[in-house]
Parts: sequence; structure tokens; C-alpha cells
Amino acid sequence: MSEFLSDQGVNVALKVRDLDFYYGTFKGLKSVSMDIAEKKVTAFIGPSGCGKSTLLRTFNRMYDLYPGQRAEGQILFHGQNTLDKGVDLNLLRARIGMVFQKPTPFPMSIYDNIAFGVRLYEDLSKADMDNRVQWALEQAALWTEVKDKLHQSGLSLSGGQQQRLCIARGVAVKPDILLLDEPTSALDPISTAKIEELVFELKNSYTIAIVTHNMQQAARVSDFTAYMYLGELIEFGVTDELFVKPKRKETEDYITGRFG
Amino acid sequence: MDARYKRRKLTNSLSTLLSGVAVGIGLLGLIWILATLFIKGVPAMNWAFFTESTPAPGSEGGGMINAIVGSLLIVGLTTLVSTPIGILAGIYLAEFGDRSKIAAVTRFVTDIMLSAPSIVIGLFVYALFVATTKHFSGWSGSIALSLIAVPVVVRTTENMLKLVPGSLREAAFALGMPRWRVSLDVCLRAVQGGVITGILLAVARITGETAPLLFTALNNQFFSWNMDQPMANLPVTIFNFAMSPYENWQELAWGASALIAMLVLLLNIVARVAFREKSHS
Amino acid sequence: MIDTNETVAQAMERQAAKSAKFLRQDRLFAGVTLSFASLVLLTLFGILVSLVVQAWPAFQEFGFGFFYSTTWSPTDGNFGAGIGIWGTLVTSLIALLVGVPISFGIAMFLTESCPVWLRRPLGTAIELLAGVPSIIYGFWGLFIFAPLVQDYIQPWMIRWIGEPFFGGPPLGLGIFTAGLVLALMVIPFIASVMRDVFETVPAVLKESAYGIGCTRWEVVKNIVLPYTRVGVIGGIMLGLGRALGETMAVTFVIGNANRFSLDLFDPGNSIASTLANEFAEADPTMHIPALFGLGLILFIITFVVLSISEWLIKQGEKKAGVK
Repeated sequence: MSEFLSDQGVNVALKVRDLDFYYGTFKGLKSVSMDIAEKKVTAFIGPSGCGKSTLLRTFNRMYDLYPGQRAEGQILFHGQNTLDKGVDLNLLRARIGMVFQKPTPFPMSIYDNIAFGVRLYEDLSKADMDNRVQWALEQAALWTEVKDKLHQSGLSLSGGQQQRLCIARGVAVKPDILLLDEPTSALDPISTAKIEELVFELKNSYTIAIVTHNMQQAARVSDFTAYMYLGELIEFGVTDELFVKPKRKETEDYITGRFG
Repeated sequence: MDARYKRRKLTNSLSTLLSGVAVGIGLLGLIWILATLFIKGVPAMNWAFFTESTPAPGSEGGGMINAIVGSLLIVGLTTLVSTPIGILAGIYLAEFGDRSKIAAVTRFVTDIMLSAPSIVIGLFVYALFVATTKHFSGWSGSIALSLIAVPVVVRTTENMLKLVPGSLREAAFALGMPRWRVSLDVCLRAVQGGVITGILLAVARITGETAPLLFTALNNQFFSWNMDQPMANLPVTIFNFAMSPYENWQELAWGASALIAMLVLLLNIVARVAFREKSHS
Repeated sequence: MIDTNETVAQAMERQAAKSAKFLRQDRLFAGVTLSFASLVLLTLFGILVSLVVQAWPAFQEFGFGFFYSTTWSPTDGNFGAGIGIWGTLVTSLIALLVGVPISFGIAMFLTESCPVWLRRPLGTAIELLAGVPSIIYGFWGLFIFAPLVQDYIQPWMIRWIGEPFFGGPPLGLGIFTAGLVLALMVIPFIASVMRDVFETVPAVLKESAYGIGCTRWEVVKNIVLPYTRVGVIGGIMLGLGRALGETMAVTFVIGNANRFSLDLFDPGNSIASTLANEFAEADPTMHIPALFGLGLILFIITFVVLSISEWLIKQGEKKAGVK
């Protein structure tokens, strides 16, 4: 199933091959192989504990923060296996942004929340930085709401706004890939709808991988969907096909609610 | 109601009563000490108290200005030295502490040092600096107090950093931020209220510390800015004056005690209030 | 507007240069924080070494007898730690005997009986008591508390209990009064540890005991105390560690006599009070080494007590974490 993207006529942003993941001795991912399509939205669905978030966290090696967690196999990004020992993690993470389940604004102003990440890697003039901040906030559809209070704390925003601020922060450093780890699970329906719209817009410029526990959301926003169960990739395909006529019995059971 | 039930009820009432009495004793102690300081100390805090130096034996009047300035200098320097050391060491324990043996041992030793006898720390600094330089000095007093303050700052910094949600740290790393900026610009900033509380509590703790100054800063009857010389300070002056036979000395000691107690309690209360507000926002 | 026609490859190259710098900075950061953390370790090591070195002449001169001899005579240069150790241990023991039940009562009141609105102010008041500098306890003890002990408590105890420990005469100052002042000092420390460990008892456990008709006291005795035993002992050891090393509160009221006596109303000396009183004017040939010897003994005793306390409190926390 890993080679099917080439038939779809899209480029590959991230190639995953025979990926195993361990929490200590527990095997969290079992021989996962798949491709993430460039400038498309790939959704990961499956019951809790199926490994979908774990897989996402191998893409930017977030698991490296925790002793005892390790991954084996290959994840090819710009021709390099990102799981190799010598890989520059800061650089990798600058290229692959991430947004989390709960909004995580930094304890600083709205402006600085965005400028902070940009300043890490770029030396911009004040004017350029202002432009960049505005651009990022526009991309995240937040500009009109916050343009008059850029110097207030990021923590003063509502939950949905905070989450869009985090997306703006991720976009501002112009990554290749955006990883969204259940980005709407802590939000109300209206904020959720806004974020979904945003994801739809953003895929014109970014490769997006989104983990969601909400099948309708996956169906609404994604081009490709991967269904995972117990650490294995059960089925991966074009979203419309996967939801309409899944190839595997397990997938069908899950999406029709007969799961368990 | 049978006898057994009555007995059980009685035991219960008695235990509640006794626990109330225990609280009463604790509160009585606090109020009694504060009232004593207020009654004996406040009248001593007149104009001369804040403007004149400590009097010579047998002479009338006098004040505490040399001891007040000395204490401010010593405590101020201690705060300046121990804050960065304590914060950086605390960051080490919180950031690299999971994987390293040194961190585990350091954490244990820090906890011991928090309660270690302060007079022994005075002995240590005496052996290290006073005996080698052959004179008592304000500097060595500051060093001794720093050894007491650092563990307090280390511990609160570590505890506060542990409260930073994992997702906030991950979000910072996810931008490709180097670890030192994650620690200093994101995590430390997120808990700065708590860390400041820790520093205030450390200052409160060392402001009244007497034992470590006895063999380091010693005392000085005269006003001095020179930290390379024996230096007057409030706690040691209280100790000397309280034990003296002169009544005006004892009065000054009460005044100084009230001053220190007010400062320390104020620091304690400010620290608590500041942190409470921070943690609720 | 933003894109300056930079290709991905160019961007990566630019970022890689920055990132290489970050790696170096991070290594420096780890090194710097590690060295500051090691400073704490070094201090402990330094304290031990310097105390041993400075005390060595005294150990050589008096041999093992230094640790138990009850002679302490600066005038003829004959020193033994017996009086100091006795005074230190006995004052601390009195402090615990008086302080632990009161601390327990306070902790029980704060966690079980106290109305919720009163918990915070009462807890804060107890913590403030812990913040009062020890020299103030000593000063207050000398001028206010000791005369009361002398006038009211001691005559009564001499009359009703008497020999060998409470024979008198009622001087006010002495080992007994020092123990009482120490008790007041350690109460807030012990009480707040106890309160913290009592709060780790799962509500379900207590509720199920109340559910079968237990009284509050029965719940504390049969559920809370057994559950928190380890942490409670840890808290008591912490108080003991504090009491053993306390200097100023003791020095003011212990009476400063280098004479051994079983009678607790007699003046005595603890290790810390001996150091505070004699060090500044001590003769460097043998008096100073002997004082360092006392300091070493005190440090080792408190280190052992505090280590046990630390270990016990950790055990208690672990248990609370699992359940």
C-alpha cells in the first residue's frame, strides 16, 4: 500500500518505511509503512491507543524528549532518514511544525508568540517582522480579531483563538509540514469549524498531517486517510474511497460504528 | 444508646477538642511572640534608631543604622549571588534530572542542606575564608548566607518547572527551539511568579539567620560600607545586645527584632499573595 | 509579499547554520547548569572535609574519648563532646515529646475538623510561625517565656514529679526551657508535613470508613494514621533534624553551663550553643579544633537524621502516587 501515492500523481513529502516504535518494552507501532503526500491533508483515525498520535510524534521526533522511547525503521524527509542518530533535531522541527491537542500559547504577547519562533532562525528587520506576524495571523484567520491587541498576553485569548494563534505560530516559520495532533478536541463546535476551514485553506501551501478522533472531521478535511488499530496501519487510501467502500473488514467495522 | 456508643462519641469529642487546643497553642505562640515584639519593639523604633549607629558600652541612646545597612548589604549581595546559582541549578534538576545520577544525588543533598544546621555552615565558611584571609568580613557573611539560600531557590525552581505542562515544552521544541531557550524563555517565564516566591522566601529565611554570621561577618560597632571588614548586622547585634546588661542595648535589640520580624513576615505574606494571584490567572 | 524567492534548499541551509549554533549553545547550557548543580554537592563535600581537617588536632589529642567525655574546660584545655551531645539530644527529645502531639493535633484539625473557609488562614498562620527567625524565639524565650516557666511550671513540677529529672532549683533557664522553646519552633515544620501527608489519603478510603459509622477520631486512628505512617515519621524526623541543629533559640535559654547533670532544670549546653558562645573568643591551639569537632558531630548526626527523614517522606509520597 506504500507505493500507491505515485499512482495518484502527487509528490511525497515524507516516506515512512517499516517503522517500529517502543515505549520501553511496549511496542507502540508495528512495522508501519506509508507516504505523506505533499500539499495534501492526510488524516489519521482509529480508536484511542491505536498509535496515531505516536506516529505523528515520530515525524518531528518529539518522543526524543522522553528517555525510554525509541523508534526504528525509516522516515525519509528530503532524502534523509530522520531517525538517524546524527540528525539535527532543532532543524528537523523547524521544518516540521506541530500543533497540539490543547492550545499552548507561550507566556508572552500575541506578537511575540509568533515573532519568537521566527527570530530563532531568521534575522528580520522590524518592518519585515511586523509583516511576517500579520501574514501568519492572516493565514490562521486570526488577524482581524487580534490586530488591535497584539501586545496583550497570548493567554488572554479564548480557547479557539489560542489554538489559531498556535497554528499561526507554526505557520510563521514556514515549515514544509504541519502536524496537527487532535487540534480541535478541546474546542467548541464553532471554533472547530473555523479550524477545519483553516486546514482546508492551508493545504494549498503546506503538507498537513492531522490526527483526529472524529471520523466526520477526517472525512471533511482530508485527502487521504489512514486507519490505525493496535499500533498497525490497517488501511490507507484516498479519503472518499476509504469512507465509502473500505477494503478491509476492520476499517468498515470502525467507520460504521460496529467497532468493538 | 448503649455504653459503647457513648464511649466512642466521647472519645471523638475529646479528640476534636484536643486538636482544637493544639491549634490554639500554635496560634497563641504566634500571637504572643508578635505581641511581645510589638509592645517592646515598636517604642524603640524612634528617629535615633534609624539614624544613629550602635552605642558604645555604657553610653546612652544610639541606634541601629550601621546594623541595618550592614544587613541590607549582606542580604542584598547574598540574593544577587544565590538567585542565578539557584535558578540554574534548579533548571538542571528539572531539565536533565530524569536521566542523570548526579541530579538524583544533588536533589537529595539539596533537601538535606535545606535543613542542615546553619551554624555548621558558618564553621565551614570560617575555615574556608576567615581562617585563610585572617579576618572576619561582610563578604564571608554573604557567602555563608548564600549557602543557605541556594538550596531554597534550587528546590522551588525545580518544583515550579515541574509544573510546566508537558505540552507547552513540546510546543516550544516543536518550533525547533534550542533547549536553553525552551528552559529560560518559555518554561521559566511561565512559572516566574512561583520562582519569585521562592526567592522571596529565601530572602525571608536569611534575613533572620544569625548563627552563620557569628563567625563570618562578626559585628562592628561602627558604620561601614566596606564588606572586606567585620560588618555590623541586625541578627548578631540583637544577639549581643539582648545578652548584655545594658537596658538601652536591650531596647535596641527589641526594636531590631521587631524590624526583622516585620520584614520577614511581610516577605512571607507578599510571597504567598503574589504566587496565589499568579497561579489563578 | 513575504517570500523572497528563497528555495527550500536555501532555507534549509540558512537554518542549518543557525541550528549548529544552537547545538553548541545547548551543550554550553547543559554544562553551565550542571556545574551550578554540582556546586551544591561540592559544598556538602567541602563541609565534611573542612570540618574533619580543622577538628583533627582535637581527635588526635583526646582520641575516642572526645566523643563521650563530659569534661569541657577551656581554661585547662581539656575537651570532650559529652555535655554538648547530651544537651543537644535531650533538648531535641523534649521538643519532640511536646511538639509532636501538638503538631498532630494541628494537622488533624486542619485536614479533618476545620471548616473549609478557615483552612487557608489557619494554615498560613502556622506557616508564618515557621517563618519567624529563630533568634526571635530565643530572645522571647529569655525575657518572656523563661520567667514564666520559672515562676509557674517549674515549682509545680518539682513538687509533683521531682527527682531525678525535675529536682530543681527553678532557675528558668536550662535544658528543660530550651526544649520547650524548641518545641514551639519545630511544631510548624512537623505540622505542615503531617498536614500534607494526611491530605494524600484518598477520599474514598475515608468515606467508606465514615460509611460504616466510624467517628472522625476512629477514621483518623484506623485509616489516616496507618495509611500515612511512613510520611508522618518522616515529618517527625525532619523536625528532629531541625531541633538538633537549632542554635539561637537554644543559646538564649539553655543557661550555658559546661557541667553535666541529669536534672533537666539545670543549665547546660548544646553543641550549637557551645559553638555560638565560645567560638569567637576561642584559643586556636586546642579550643578551636575541639569546637570544630563538635560541629562535625552535629553535622553527622543531623545528616543521618535528615537522610532518614528524606527517605521516609519520599516513600510516603510514592505510596500516595501509586494509590
